[in-house]
Amino acid sequence: MGELFFEERNIVVPGDKLAMGMDYLPAGGAFRDGECIRSKVLGILGINGRVLKVIPLKSQYRPRPNDMVIGKITDMTNSVWFAKIDSFRDGVLTVREVPEYIGDGDDLSQYYNFGDYVLAKVLNVNSTNAGLTMKGPGLRKLSGGRIIEVNSAKVPRVIGKAGSMISAIKEKTGCRVIVGQNGLVWIQGEPEHEFVAVEAIKLINEKGHLQGLTELVSEFIDKKMKNVSKKETEEKPKVEEKQVTQEKKSDKDDEEEQPKRRAVGRKASKKVAKRSKK
Amino acid sequence: MAKIIREHIHTLLEKGMRQDKRGLLEFRKDISVEYGISPKSAEGSARVRIGETEVVAGIKMAIAEPYPDQKDRGTIMVGVELSPFANNSFESGPPSTESIELARVVDRGIRESGAMDFRKLCIKEGEKVWQVFIDIYPINDAGNLRDASSLAALAALKDAKFPEYDKKTFEIDYKKLTSKNISLEDEPIEVTVIKIKDDYLVDPSVEEEEWLDARLTVAFLKDGDICAMQKGGNGMLSTEDINKMIDIAQDKVIVLRKAL
Repeated sequence: MGELFFEERNIVVPGDKLAMGMDYLPAGGAFRDGECIRSKVLGILGINGRVLKVIPLKSQYRPRPNDMVIGKITDMTNSVWFAKIDSFRDGVLTVREVPEYIGDGDDLSQYYNFGDYVLAKVLNVNSTNAGLTMKGPGLRKLSGGRIIEVNSAKVPRVIGKAGSMISAIKEKTGCRVIVGQNGLVWIQGEPEHEFVAVEAIKLINEKGHLQGLTELVSEFIDKKMKNVSKKETEEKPKVEEKQVTQEKKSDKDDEEEQPKRRAVGRKASKKVAKRSKK
Repeated sequence: MAKIIREHIHTLLEKGMRQDKRGLLEFRKDISVEYGISPKSAEGSARVRIGETEVVAGIKMAIAEPYPDQKDRGTIMVGVELSPFANNSFESGPPSTESIELARVVDRGIRESGAMDFRKLCIKEGEKVWQVFIDIYPINDAGNLRDASSLAALAALKDAKFPEYDKKTFEIDYKKLTSKNISLEDEPIEVTVIKIKDDYLVDPSVEEEEWLDARLTVAFLKDGDICAMQKGGNGMLSTEDINKMIDIAQDKVIVLRKAL
């Protein structure tokens, strides 16, 4: 029987000798080097019987057929759009693969323009390109909301087992969230709620390798959302009061030294007051 | 050039918010300046961090002939290299418009402040003067390279020491630094205020920089005097705008000066 040098869920670095002997088998992220099995990447060791695999902490996105990705249109010819999908392969979207009818000689930018974000599906992959399609349920041009990036190795963590994590985020923050396999995440919701969702996803991106992540994240969201709802239910006069005191403070500071600054301070706070009235 | 990002910035601004939850006139909290990060290869060096933005500046000194119209004055030269590892929209190769502008704005801030007495850089009138190279390398661009670069250049100048110079053989021994500093009579620091629609913002993120209507970089001396300015962006600025932006910048320069 061979010898195992690490335990399950240990962090290993490239070249680490994971096990000795021919009974162990290398899977993703590991390779056989003569008698021993070594790690290929920086990641977490997974042991499944005799099979050793290393789940990388970070990785480049490699497009695979049927992946849902979020791409940004960066270029177009008279029959093809090119989309950046944060991979070494560019996404290619041909006119045949969009649901709209496109006439001969039409200007393609009226359908999908430079800088538009699209939710697309990967059809096929060759050595330089990934063919995309917009035909399918839910596939569309994204409008509104914002885009954030996570590492593509962390996408499974963001989604969670059977979508548990992502549905928890959606439910608790009330935001609409779409996670592309390439690590781009689209979020839309009330600004304050959106911030919570963004912070939660960034937390997953940072701490995705820890155990008990789902609990950690849902606790985090609950805490943040409490603050948000507190703010929302707080009576408005209170908020104004705060501003008034701030204004007074800044006026005091200014009177002593710089009379020039005072004018701006006042105007600026007036603007804030106007905003809150709206 | 993504439209939804611009829309997002605008909708948040209408509510007085920014994408990273900061106030409109709020700098990122973690501003730090490190001196002498490269003591072996540069006569002076500094690293500035503003949030995730990181800029390294180095000072090299050489001896050159003075310009014919300024025979008793040394020279300075500012170079900025925007390499793709700082931001993937930068391209390697010959300097881009942005990098030249950035270098010139930093240069102007230092030159016009009169902080450096170029006459003190003169070794022999008409023949030999010190030439000071200020090289700025953004390591990570998370927005507001302008303020970070000017701060880094100033910090590196403060850190710089003259190398040993042999007056007989005209050779510089870069391995031995003297204890003589470049004397700085003032500390010019630049603050950039940007305008998006009707709002003024400081310390912009990359996205905000991409969608700004206009920006104004103002360089301030220690006593609050203005020594240089640069306007950028396609939008217009009225006199009122400029006055307001200067006042905001004057307020915010304290934040950067504290980090020095």
